[in-house]
Amino acid sequence: MAPLISIKNLYFSYGEQLVLENINLDVNRGDFLAILGPNGSGKTTLIKLILGLLKPQKGEIRLFGQPSATFKERWRIGYVPQRAIARVDPVFPVSVAEVVSFGLLPKKSFPRFMKASDWEAVRRALRQVEMEAYERRKLSQLSGGQQQRVFIARAIVAQPEVLILDEPTTGVDVTTQERFYDLLGLLNQKGLTIIIVTHDIGIVNKHVKQVACLNRRLVYHGTHEEFCSSPRLKEYVGEHHLVVHRH
Amino acid sequence: MFWDFWQYNFFLRALVAGFFLAVAAAILGLYLILRKDAMLGHGLTHIAFAGVAVALFFDVVPFPVALLAAGLAAFFILKIREKAGLYGDTAVAIFSSLGMAVGIILASVAKDFNVNLLSFLFGNILAIRDIELYGAVFLAFGVIGALIFFYHELIYVTFDEESARAAGLAVDRLDALLALLTAITVVIGMKIVGLLLVSALLVIPGAAALQLAGSFKKCTLLAVVLGAVSVVGGLNLAIILNWPASGAIVVTSGGIFLLVAALKRLRSA
Ligand SMILES: Nc1ncnc2c1ncn2[C@@H]1O[C@H](COP(=O)(O)OP(=O)(O)O)[C@@H](O)[C@H]1O
Ligand SMILES: [Mg+2]
Repeated sequence: MAPLISIKNLYFSYGEQLVLENINLDVNRGDFLAILGPNGSGKTTLIKLILGLLKPQKGEIRLFGQPSATFKERWRIGYVPQRAIARVDPVFPVSVAEVVSFGLLPKKSFPRFMKASDWEAVRRALRQVEMEAYERRKLSQLSGGQQQRVFIARAIVAQPEVLILDEPTTGVDVTTQERFYDLLGLLNQKGLTIIIVTHDIGIVNKHVKQVACLNRRLVYHGTHEEFCSSPRLKEYVGEHHLVVHRH
Repeated sequence: MFWDFWQYNFFLRALVAGFFLAVAAAILGLYLILRKDAMLGHGLTHIAFAGVAVALFFDVVPFPVALLAAGLAAFFILKIREKAGLYGDTAVAIFSSLGMAVGIILASVAKDFNVNLLSFLFGNILAIRDIELYGAVFLAFGVIGALIFFYHELIYVTFDEESARAAGLAVDRLDALLALLTAITVVIGMKIVGLLLVSALLVIPGAAALQLAGSFKKCTLLAVVLGAVSVVGGLNLAIILNWPASGAIVVTSGGIFLLVAALKRLRSA
C-alpha cells in the first residue's frame, strides 16, 4: 500500500536561505511520528509544505498517492497549527462548538450550512477530547490546555486519516501535557496516523513509534527504540540533558 | 403626535431603506472589526466620494460610478497588501487620501455642484426617491444574502486564516468578497446616512455586540438588532427633535454602545 504521505528529494528555501535540503520521508498508516529538531530547523516549514501552504522549489510531495499540488480532499489531514492557543483573540466571539464545526467545512460544498447531524459530529469530537461539557462556552474563557483540546477536536471532527500537530504543548503545564499525550496515544490506537512536531526531546514518550530528526536535512529517521538507544542522536538534537522516559 | 409620521410615505421609505442598510452594515462590520480592518469601510467612503465627484463633473448618475470606484479601490487595496506587504492600514490610508484629493479638486474646478456633493457626504434619508429605495434594498439583500451563504467560511477565515487555507478554503476569494461587500454597503449608505457617517453603522453595532456575546451566532444577531434599533430610534428622534436624520441615527447607535458598555461592567462587577 502506498504511504499516506511520501516526500521525495524535497528542497525549500525562503529567498536565499535554504531551509530544507533533500528531505526523503514516508509516513505510513498507523504511524505515530515525532519530528524533532532545534528552533529554526525547518519543522514548521516542512509541515506547511505537506499542507500545501507552501510550494516546494524542488522535489515532490504525494498525499494518499496523489501529487499534493492537485490534492483536493484536504479534510483527510487534520491540522493543529503552531501557537494556536497564543493566537486566540480574547475578544473574538466564538463558542467551543463553533470552533470545532469549522473542521467540517472542507468536507462540505457550497452552500456550507450546518445540519443537525453536523452538530452531532461536533459533540462526538468534543466527547473524544473530554470537552463536551464546554460546548457552549466562549473559547477565550477556557484554559490553555482546554483550548488545545478544542483545537484537536476541530482537527479530528471530519474524521481525517492523518493528524498533524505543530508544537501543540507550548504553554501547557506538565500534568496537562501528559494527559494530552495519552489522548494522542488513544487516537493512534484507534487507527489515526499522527505526526507531532516538537523541539522538546522529552516528549518522545511511550506513545511515539517513529522519530525523525530534522536540522535542515533529515539527520535521523527510524523507530523510537533505535532512537532511544542512541545517545549520540539525542546530543545532535541538542537537548541531551533531557531523559527520554520509557514507561 | 409624531406617530402620525409613521403614516407618511417618506418616513416609511426611510425606515425600510435604513433598516436594510443597518442589517447589512452590522454583520459586515463585525468581520471588519475582528480582522482589525475597521478602517477599510472608512477608506472606501473617501473613494466613493471621489466617484461621486467624477460623476457630477461629467454629469452622469453618481451611484454606479461610486460603486465602481469603491469596488475597484477595494480590489487594489487587497492587491497592494499582498504584493507590497504594506500594513493593511497604510494601503487604506493611501487610497482614501487620494480619493479625497480627487474629489476636492473636481469640486473646486467645477464649483457649481458643491451643494449636491454635500448631500452625499451627509445623506438625506428622508428625501430618498423610489428608485434609490429599490436600488438600496436590492443591493442590501445581495450583501445580506452573500453574508448568509458564506457565513461559516467567513468566520473561519477571520478566526484562523492559516488553518482555513490548509483546509482548502478559497481564502483569497473570501477576502475579495468581504472587500466587495464593504464597497457595496458604503455606496448604499451614501444616500441614506451619508459618506461621513456610514462607517459608524459599520463599526458601532458590531463593537457593541462584541462586548456581550459568547458565540458568533449570538454576536451577529445582537449586532443586527442594535443596528436596526439605531436606525429606527434615530429616525424617530430626528422627527421629534427636528434633527438631521443621519446625525440622529449615529448618535443613537453611540448611545446604545455606551449603554451596552455600562451593562457589561455591571455584569462583570
Ligand atoms: N515566512 C518566512 N520567511 C522567511 N524565513 C522564514 C519564514 N518562516 C521561517 N523562516 C526561516 O526558516 C527557518 C526554519 O523555520 P521554521 O520552519 O519555522 O523552523 P522550526 O519550526 O523548526 O522552528 C528559520 O531560520 C526561519 O527563520
Ligand atoms: Mg516551528
